[in-house]
Amino acid sequence: MEAPLTRNIRPNEMPPDLKAYEKSGGYQALRKALGTMTPMEVQKEVVDSQLRGRGGAGFLTGLKWSFVPMGTESRRPKYLIVNADEMEPGTFKDRLLIEGDPHQLIEGLILSAYAIQAEIAYIFLRWAYKTAGRRLQTAIEEAQAANYLGRNILGSGYCLDVSLHTSAGRYMCGEETGLLNALEGRRAVPRAKPPYPQVCGLWGKPTVVNNVETLCNVPHIVERGATWFQRLGAGKDSGTKLFGASGRVKRPGLWELPMGTPIRDILEEYAGGMQNGYRFRGLIPGGASTDFLLETHLDTKMDFEAVTAVGSRLGTGTMIILDNRTCPVGMVANLLTFFARESCGWCTPCRDNLPWAAQTLAAIETGRGTDEDLEILAFQCRMMAPGRTFCALAPGAAEPLQSALKYFREDFQRHIDQRRCPWRQP
Amino acid sequence: MLTTEEQREIAEEVGRYPNTMAAIPEALKIAQRARGWVSDETLREVAEVLGMLPAELDAIATFYNLIFRRPVGKHVIFVCDSVSCWIMGYEDLLRHLQVKLGITMGETTRDGLFTLLPIACLGACDIAPAMMIDETLYGHLTAEKIDSILAALIHETD
Ligand SMILES: Cc1cc2nc3c(=O)[nH]c(=O)nc-3n(C[C@H](O)[C@H](O)[C@H](O)COP(=O)(O)O)c2cc1C
Ligand code: SF4
Ligand code: FES
Repeated sequence: MEAPLTRNIRPNEMPPDLKAYEKSGGYQALRKALGTMTPMEVQKEVVDSQLRGRGGAGFLTGLKWSFVPMGTESRRPKYLIVNADEMEPGTFKDRLLIEGDPHQLIEGLILSAYAIQAEIAYIFLRWAYKTAGRRLQTAIEEAQAANYLGRNILGSGYCLDVSLHTSAGRYMCGEETGLLNALEGRRAVPRAKPPYPQVCGLWGKPTVVNNVETLCNVPHIVERGATWFQRLGAGKDSGTKLFGASGRVKRPGLWELPMGTPIRDILEEYAGGMQNGYRFRGLIPGGASTDFLLETHLDTKMDFEAVTAVGSRLGTGTMIILDNRTCPVGMVANLLTFFARESCGWCTPCRDNLPWAAQTLAAIETGRGTDEDLEILAFQCRMMAPGRTFCALAPGAAEPLQSALKYFREDFQRHIDQRRCPWRQP
Repeated sequence: MLTTEEQREIAEEVGRYPNTMAAIPEALKIAQRARGWVSDETLREVAEVLGMLPAELDAIATFYNLIFRRPVGKHVIFVCDSVSCWIMGYEDLLRHLQVKLGITMGETTRDGLFTLLPIACLGACDIAPAMMIDETLYGHLTAEKIDSILAALIHETD
């Protein structure tokens, strides 16, 4: 089984430096693109590969790039931004990619910037990723010294400057347009779309924002071709994906597997099944803002369409497992408390409903809930539905809540009837 | 007072971006580095260096989690309170920490050594429960492990 993204990654070891990365075939894709391909040809290869964004929404990367104005009529500079803000609870994949093989990300970034003819790139990194930050900075300097970055890259005439920007911390910095505001030194509230960032983004200039994992795929697509990439997938989607599991499984961790690998395989084969004394009750498949799934859904393939078809989302592909000794109401209360704290306050349905929902859940969890609270929670979910808010934070927050109300209804009811959490010692 | 070196660093940040506004978060971080937090006075000084209003800077300082507008201790303990750490029992560890330090979330110990703050998922869910102290990440936490980490930090100060 091929695992292009992680082929150089040895957990707990130093990542390959420039020499080692080159020895493993690194920067060959860049040489190929700059030497033999036009920017539009690089774009076409990525379009044909059907690569979908790995930041959570699954937008087709080539399609996203195609909205960037090209040629002389475009305003400049154009920007490419790497979204390395990873703050989605339960998600830890981008950290592995950056820490384990920083040059792979840099090569992907240069290729992608070349494809849209960007002059400036920013890597927007979460502050907590200290090790990742140090390794990236070293790799950027190595790449500059080797003329993979800077003026007239490898004699091609193409120029690109990259800087590392460390976030001052807030979940909303990871939201595409919130990130643009954060980089501009504003509060990280989202911007109305249209205009889309590809046309009017950072400082009003054409800008593409892509996730770390998305960009790490690009060198492999350029080098090996779109058809090869498509064949990597085991379902409808192309490529491999970093899948993860956390919670009471035997071996929490991350694995690079074909897109479309069944949930059950990941859970049992790779995560080693549940810890002794714990039984599986449910999971959220792709970070905090995805709907719960149950045992009956375990044969679902982990790709965008298949997970959507059973009522959830692939999201970031990192699953959080609920076991029988953990209270589902408590879990949802924890999630909603996170979302309430991170809401940027820009729009009413999110700013007002999230704290209300979090408090209602806390009341139920501590035995102060009433039957009416369940109606209120259902109402909150409707208020935060897609289309009512500026960004996807609130609709994302509603996902675990609405599905918990559906699947764990009797657990909510028991809290209300017994006036306590059945999972806690009386 | 901002040192000349800090003022120079802030000016350098301004030069990296098309306008001054973009340098605000970095300028605040530079000011915070040696002081641990940004007081009203420091905020005014940074505003002066940038040629902006203190209120413009405060709009930013109050939005982001890692710009502190209140004093913090020598070490800041960020306890992950997100979902995977919750499942893995961070609440018991937090209780342990609070009893041990004699403070609750958001407070600083009397000796000024530790401040306890909640933080969202540290991207260490595979080694949950996790916390970060200053710039170091700790995972697979237990009460005993926390005791020895704190003991080492206290020892370092003596
Ligand atoms: C509240 C919120 C937080 C987000 N955080 C991140 C993040 O940390 N990293 C990321 O890549 N995408 C994040 N996203 C998704 C981005 O808005 C955007 O879709 C993504 O960076 C696009 O990259 P892709 O097309 O390569 O997936 C977030 C979205 C929302 C609504
Ligand atoms: S949905 Fe929430 S986070 Fe998004 S803009 Fe509205 S208030 Fe801000
Ligand atoms: S939930 Fe604590 S590190 Fe991810």
